[in-house]
Amino acid sequence: MSTTVAESVTLWERVRTYSPPSRFLPVIVTFAVFLGMFGVGGVRYEGFAHPQVFLHVLHDNAFLIVLAVGLTFVILTGGIDLSVGSVVAMSTVIAAKTLELGWPPALAMLTVLIAGTLLGTIMGLLIHYLDIQPFIATLAGLFLARGITYLISVRSIPITDETFREIAYASIPLPGGHYTTWLVVVALSTVLIAAYVLARTRFGRTVYAIGGSESSAMLMGLRVALVKVGVYAISGFCAALGGLLFALYLLSGYSLHAVGMELEAIAAVVIGGTLLTGGRGYVVGSMIGVLVYGTIQTFINFDGTLSSWWTRIAIGVLLLVFVVIQRVATRGPR
Amino acid sequence: MTQTYQEPLVTSHHASAPVIEMLDISITFGNVHALDQVSLRLYPGEVHALMGENGAGKSTLIKALTGVYSIDAGTITVGGQRHEFHSPSAAQAAGISTVYQEINLVPNLTVAENMLLGREPRRFGGIHVREMNRRAQQTLRALGLDIDPASVLGEHPIAVQQLVAIARAVDVDARVLILDEPTSSLDGDEVEKLFDVLRRLRADGVAIVFVSHFLDQIYEIADRMTILRNGTLIEERMVADTPRLELVQLMIGRELEELDRLGRGSGSVPDPSRVPVLEVVGLSRKGALEATDLSLYDGEVVGVAGLLGSGRTELARLLFGADSADHGEIAIRSTRRRLRSPRHAIDRKLAFTSEDRKAEGIVGDLTVADNMLLALQASRGWLRPIPQSVRTRLVQQYMEALNIRPADPQALMRNLSGGNQQKVLLARWLITDPHVLILDEPTRGIDIGAKAQIQSLVAELASKGMSVVFISAELEEVLRLSHRMVVMRDRRKIAELSNDDVRVGDLLRIIATEATDVEQEGSSDD
Repeated sequence: MSTTVAESVTLWERVRTYSPPSRFLPVIVTFAVFLGMFGVGGVRYEGFAHPQVFLHVLHDNAFLIVLAVGLTFVILTGGIDLSVGSVVAMSTVIAAKTLELGWPPALAMLTVLIAGTLLGTIMGLLIHYLDIQPFIATLAGLFLARGITYLISVRSIPITDETFREIAYASIPLPGGHYTTWLVVVALSTVLIAAYVLARTRFGRTVYAIGGSESSAMLMGLRVALVKVGVYAISGFCAALGGLLFALYLLSGYSLHAVGMELEAIAAVVIGGTLLTGGRGYVVGSMIGVLVYGTIQTFINFDGTLSSWWTRIAIGVLLLVFVVIQRVATRGPR
Repeated sequence: MTQTYQEPLVTSHHASAPVIEMLDISITFGNVHALDQVSLRLYPGEVHALMGENGAGKSTLIKALTGVYSIDAGTITVGGQRHEFHSPSAAQAAGISTVYQEINLVPNLTVAENMLLGREPRRFGGIHVREMNRRAQQTLRALGLDIDPASVLGEHPIAVQQLVAIARAVDVDARVLILDEPTSSLDGDEVEKLFDVLRRLRADGVAIVFVSHFLDQIYEIADRMTILRNGTLIEERMVADTPRLELVQLMIGRELEELDRLGRGSGSVPDPSRVPVLEVVGLSRKGALEATDLSLYDGEVVGVAGLLGSGRTELARLLFGADSADHGEIAIRSTRRRLRSPRHAIDRKLAFTSEDRKAEGIVGDLTVADNMLLALQASRGWLRPIPQSVRTRLVQQYMEALNIRPADPQALMRNLSGGNQQKVLLARWLITDPHVLILDEPTRGIDIGAKAQIQSLVAELASKGMSVVFISAELEEVLRLSHRMVVMRDRRKIAELSNDDVRVGDLLRIIATEATDVEQEGSSDD
């Protein structure tokens, strides 16, 4: 391919005339909102714009990022997974209980991850092969996982295991005197791996194809069954992983953990620009969605006079605004 | 019946053996013969048209070939070897690809992805995007298409999406490409583009099966054709040796002389001094109907004749506001109106029964009485219920007048026969006392007795002053009932004639004539 055209146009010219494809627009808008909030915070409150504040936001919401990543897979196919909050609670309790019983930490973690993935797989099988509405199937999963949690223990179990505590308290030094935690590393790794899978593998592209038109995907000879069950398994796995991070964050397992967290995760995914009808969206967007959520909380912490309920109000307004933006953006050119 | 086979038209091609030979294929659903010993031969490097009216068995034959239906009797030979496909993907693997009318692609992915989804080039375990775009570009170029492979499919018009669907099919290394009504939503230029692609593929030796209702297109692109009627093979013909009139006869299945003896109605010439109840000028909608003028007067039946896909249903839907027109004016009793929705049309005393009785007509789980009163209730608004006494009286009156069986207003609609359902739908609109009644295929699929009753009802309504638009695929029926007739072809009104001594044969001749000839015969609007 010739480069004559590229040579005659200066770099500045290209930057100036560059307009991002409309499919990136929602993510860009979300990112702008995120930057804007940090900017406003930096002006209003001393120390807000400090990088360590940002790293804290990441640390405090690491589990939510992982949850939102898994949920993004499901929502991209046009489905929904309501069970993730309960799976987080189940995971914390399984981890705490098995550790209490003296299991080695690695085995406890493995058990948690297998339990979550298994539950997700079962829901996926029901949804695909019995053609049950994802809403209903995962609602059943929500109750089931929460029920199992109560069955294992109704009281809060503290985690005293040395390995867990080490991981939870370890700080990883970063250049410039900043530090971060393993929770953040796990969360960001999950985002990177998921982004690669969605963008560059047949599995990932099939996820988008199913969201665009499931019957077309079927007629194109794609492996619809595998992928549809797969996304629920991935969501289950991510919920379990998120549960482990949550257990590390609070160092306890409790059946009342993470009540309603599935809704926070869904809100983050939608704010991140993913269409609930499927086929459009990026995990990076979901991560930024979580960060927006986290930043609002930080805002309120810094202010000190605002009630924490303002988080909910702000998220509600943002959600509404983003859904409207998406509606207008997707209806626009045609 | 002896089947006449002729040698393929395309002489430049070395291959004289058919790439596909379907012999004596039979398929039955229950005790209905969907296909009865039908044969089809496809040669490399030809465009083969599959012709026939609705229910002739075209799509059943295609589905038998592509493995959607399993065949009860007969053999399929692909490249000299016997084959029977049990799934579309098995057929695809053997080089038989199908492009359907509805585009089976994914709008949210790029053009290149849509072409190569499922067999993307890979590098280091991931999709090699640059290589994928390059390969897509290569295939598109080979087809003479200038489409950016990295652009999102949904941002392109339907026509381009259709071309991408073909490009995908071709990229699978298709030997046989089946196009099921690919042109039904394309306009003239877009069809030309599609035909360019088909010509290239033909030159490359691909066998193309082409299904279309547009005769002009068949004569432009197809080399040979197989004509089906009622699930049986009528003939395999060279397109060049088959005059249009003969083709239409073969599809409809009557000899002209026989048709000429059939029914004759009474004509009427619109009186220019009278005010038309409904008048449209230049009504059009992209992909549905080209600019059409039409005037309707009180007390006359205007028949709309034309083959499937000629634009007859589209005309009806535009008149009723079920689809919105791109251009054109509608005047009701010489007052200009905009019909934005069926609701407006109902308020202006228009009524319309759809050709799709099940999906767009009846509400199967409601009673006969409820079904009858739906339109009246809708036009009154839901806050003004119809008094029980009025309901009972109206329902009783129309059940008797139309002789609806069973004579039970509380029977569930879905349990009625097709003919009685149609009568209930008629009653639904008659109750609203319309001035214009648009009937789209009101007698399709109902028994002879009910058919006669509906026909006489139409005549009676017109004699009482109602204006009726009567659309039917059965020309005899149109002739018997209409005072005036509008002939449609290729989404255009090609003639309008008063029913004086018009015979079925005359209508057929008009439908089959070249577009240029019709201009001279002219229409008699005013």
